[in-house]
Amino acid sequence: MDHLNNYLFISSVLFSLGVFGVMTRRNGIAVLMGVELILNAANINFVAFSRFGGMNLDGHIFSLFVIVLAAAEAAVALAIVINIYNNLNTINIDDASELRN
Amino acid sequence: MADIVFWFIAAFTIISALFVVLNNQLLYSAVALLFTLFGVASLYVFLWADFIAGVQLLVYIGGILVLIIFGIMLTNRISSVRLSQTNVQQGIGGVVSFWLLIFLTLVITKTPWLQKEAVEPVTTVNDIGVLLLTKYLLPFEAVSLLLLGALIGAAILSREAT
Repeated sequence: MDHLNNYLFISSVLFSLGVFGVMTRRNGIAVLMGVELILNAANINFVAFSRFGGMNLDGHIFSLFVIVLAAAEAAVALAIVINIYNNLNTINIDDASELRN
Repeated sequence: MADIVFWFIAAFTIISALFVVLNNQLLYSAVALLFTLFGVASLYVFLWADFIAGVQLLVYIGGILVLIIFGIMLTNRISSVRLSQTNVQQGIGGVVSFWLLIFLTLVITKTPWLQKEAVEPVTTVNDIGVLLLTKYLLPFEAVSLLLLGALIGAAILSREAT
């Protein structure tokens, strides 16, 4: 509990799981959940380095900004997903390929 | 004692994150995401970040997760279709993320991190507030503009086309 490496390891597990989710899920909202996992992993790193680097609060500020950006991103992404659903009647992101050809 | 609680929370976070990416029921994934976010908030408490833990609970669980559940409810016909989805290319995705994890673990263990001793502060809220209004005033205002833009953009995007 008092070692930096433990936190870094937890965060890298969360990061890998998030990458796995983004790669394998085909539902737009499920992909968004994977992105949230990745952002949380980054946040754990910020706060852990802040704690073990002499309680420097700059890391806390940075993770606050990350949380705010995640909120904005979730709002816009869900608006886009709902729009795709209204237009194509699916939220499978492989089907939303109108721009391809 | 604190060690046991720490490892319990770590295992809890990781197992619920596994549920988030592996479960086929989308709503169950969202509920598992709640437990993951809660576990991350508890990790912040272990890292002496009381304010960040509170913000995590308020914004992530109170805001983003509710938005996600709204999205699930709005984009699935609950009465007719099961709220399910399938994963594709699980094999290759699993291999890639497993090697990513191995790589990250190697980096973590091989690097001699610079560390500094610190004393546990009584609270971090004062210092964060002072930093936000002095050193980080410009990013703070920029982020408020960004939130306004995201609010208006999301409202326009999800409006009925006229």
